[in-house]
Amino acid sequence: MKNYLTFVWRCFRTSFVGDWRYQAWMLLLTVTALVGLNAYCKQIVEGLVLTGLSDQVSWGSYISNFTFLVGMAAAAVMLVIPVYVYGHKALHDLVIFGELLTIAVIIMCIMFVTVDLGHPERVLNLGRRMNFPMSMLTWDVVVLNVYLLLNLHICGYLIYCAYNKQEPRKALYIPLVFLAIFWAISIHTVTAFLYVGLGGRPFWNSAIIAPRFLASAFAAGPAFIILTLQVIRRFTSYHVPNGALDMLKRIVTVALTINMFLLACEVFTEFYTDSTHGASAHYLFLGLQGHNALVPWIWTAITLNSVALLILYLPLSRSRSLLNIACVFMIGGIWIEKGMGLIVPGFIPSPLGEIVEYSPTINETLVCLGIWAFGLLLYTILVRVTIPVLSGELASDTAVNNNK
Amino acid sequence: MTDSENNGSNQSRRSFLRSGLLASSGMLALATSLKPLLDLEPGDLGNIDSFIQKHYCEMSESDIEKALARIADDVEKRYQLRPDIRDLKPLDGVEFVYALNLSRCIGCRKCVHACVAENNQSRSPEIQYIRVLEMPHGTLDIEKSNHHYNRASVPADSHYYMPVQCHQCKNAPCVKVCPIQATWQQDDGVTVIDYDWCIGCRYCQAACPYWARRFNFTEPGLTKKDVNPNMNYLSNRPRKKGVIEKCHFCLQRTRAGKLPACQEVCPTGARKFGNVLDEHSNVSQILRTKRVFVLKEDVNTLPRFFYYFDERYPRKQASSETSKDGGSA
Repeated sequence: MKNYLTFVWRCFRTSFVGDWRYQAWMLLLTVTALVGLNAYCKQIVEGLVLTGLSDQVSWGSYISNFTFLVGMAAAAVMLVIPVYVYGHKALHDLVIFGELLTIAVIIMCIMFVTVDLGHPERVLNLGRRMNFPMSMLTWDVVVLNVYLLLNLHICGYLIYCAYNKQEPRKALYIPLVFLAIFWAISIHTVTAFLYVGLGGRPFWNSAIIAPRFLASAFAAGPAFIILTLQVIRRFTSYHVPNGALDMLKRIVTVALTINMFLLACEVFTEFYTDSTHGASAHYLFLGLQGHNALVPWIWTAITLNSVALLILYLPLSRSRSLLNIACVFMIGGIWIEKGMGLIVPGFIPSPLGEIVEYSPTINETLVCLGIWAFGLLLYTILVRVTIPVLSGELASDTAVNNNK
Repeated sequence: MTDSENNGSNQSRRSFLRSGLLASSGMLALATSLKPLLDLEPGDLGNIDSFIQKHYCEMSESDIEKALARIADDVEKRYQLRPDIRDLKPLDGVEFVYALNLSRCIGCRKCVHACVAENNQSRSPEIQYIRVLEMPHGTLDIEKSNHHYNRASVPADSHYYMPVQCHQCKNAPCVKVCPIQATWQQDDGVTVIDYDWCIGCRYCQAACPYWARRFNFTEPGLTKKDVNPNMNYLSNRPRKKGVIEKCHFCLQRTRAGKLPACQEVCPTGARKFGNVLDEHSNVSQILRTKRVFVLKEDVNTLPRFFYYFDERYPRKQASSETSKDGGSA
């Protein structure tokens, strides 16, 4: 127990140590997170009136970011499957960075849902009365929290073993790794079902939403891991083999291709049929009755994704900097697609045919930026602490003595 | 040796100072960002009694008495007037149904305002449960409707009017999606909300195909002169910010034998409300004899709110009804 507390304390200390770039980055994230917290406190006092939401568009940037981030949480699975199912060597020592990302991202998800609530303090009532299994939202609460616990256990156990220079016992984590694979699929599916299950919203009421969630998640998540690995490679001595990046590149290429294909399927269905149920899609892609706030967003997303896909297909992407650009484009494109391209148009026009547009307010944007900064802060700390542990620089005293 | 020791203690002192400075500036920054919370009103997050209160369905008689007393005190504190607040239960053998005659409705929106006056909605911003759609002749597609018509006189030529409010669906999507059972259907068919239980996630708002639900995005702007002191726990007691509300068929009136405010005020007799289990009620007669329809039948929500046109029905019956109702249009 004492050894464990020493471990936690050392990790805490390590998270403050770094060169000036690290310090500047952490300072920037801390300040942004605090500005976001300040904006959220204002929202608690005034109410959700400080957001751009209305009775017509009742979910906006908070739920959009939540939806996108549930996708990012899949990143780990796309590393876990090659390593644990197919025995991929190059990725083996990097899986942990995917699982750490999952932890940070799920915490961000929970924060985004919380800031969207009118009465966050009453969430505790879920412990007293829960509409399970009827409400998909209760399913989401369950799967997200269990997924967080699974990843906390897997990462915590593996890192603590590395700290003690012990070989992890397979029985204590391998079954959970396989459970986590299924669980990752389930968090996406359940989150998609939140929207898909609503008969009054024809834009969401389509079976393709869940597969599209998975495809876009398997693109954006690993793309973010690629960027992380590039940073680790550039700024630390930790070994990131080329084979790992190539594998991830192949994964994102396939996933992004499937995502674009599914998008095309959806566009065809909505526009060729040309029924009044396609009003939201019409609004999204072309504008409706002179209202076209989302049109620039979706075309930006499609352009970003297409350029990213083009770069990935060409031999050009062997250049690491171009690969980075493709990843950034892809993440940006999919972020728009999940938010301004999926959540918001579902509300426009309203079920009674009224067109009320939505754009986030400054306060709302600050809250979002704050949560993003907090999530990145968390991920940076997790990665910062994990690297010296895995490379053996940070180890328990007894472990060091034993090795002598 | 001594030198390096000195050096070491100097360094540790410096690092101690540095981390102390870091920690205190961090705390200061945290406190500054939390500062807006000082503006919270004492009762803003709900008092402890309402927080630890049980779900309505689990409350005993005495729990409910306690809750009613607490609400009465709270209303008195906020609006300086003692409300007559009750908890009216569904009546045996009663299932409420609404029928709306589209041939009669002239789109005057009197129902909209009577509803606001009756149900203690926020006046600024004004929350309205009823939305009247102006529809061009020749269509039932509500996407062609005009929500914001503003005419010197109604009805306009070649238009008809379709008021929409909560349809009290038998197969209600809002009840299905609520994660916390803060909204449910009672035995007389009315879907109610426990405002002390709602977490404000607005999933029900996303699920409703009739856009019936309204959210309190900010503290409701209700003043003493606008308060209706005749209150009921599950219907028109004043709400606070961060919860959902909607039409509940005026339970504070209808469970006490009165008509809903929207029907009472309607100048044309377009609105009919009653007990569908009583075969002599006017709504039972309408459902038997008129060509009624429900909005968005394809979503299978089974509304308890029916619309009908009556011109083409056997003239004898239609004209006798007109004379009975007076038709004060």
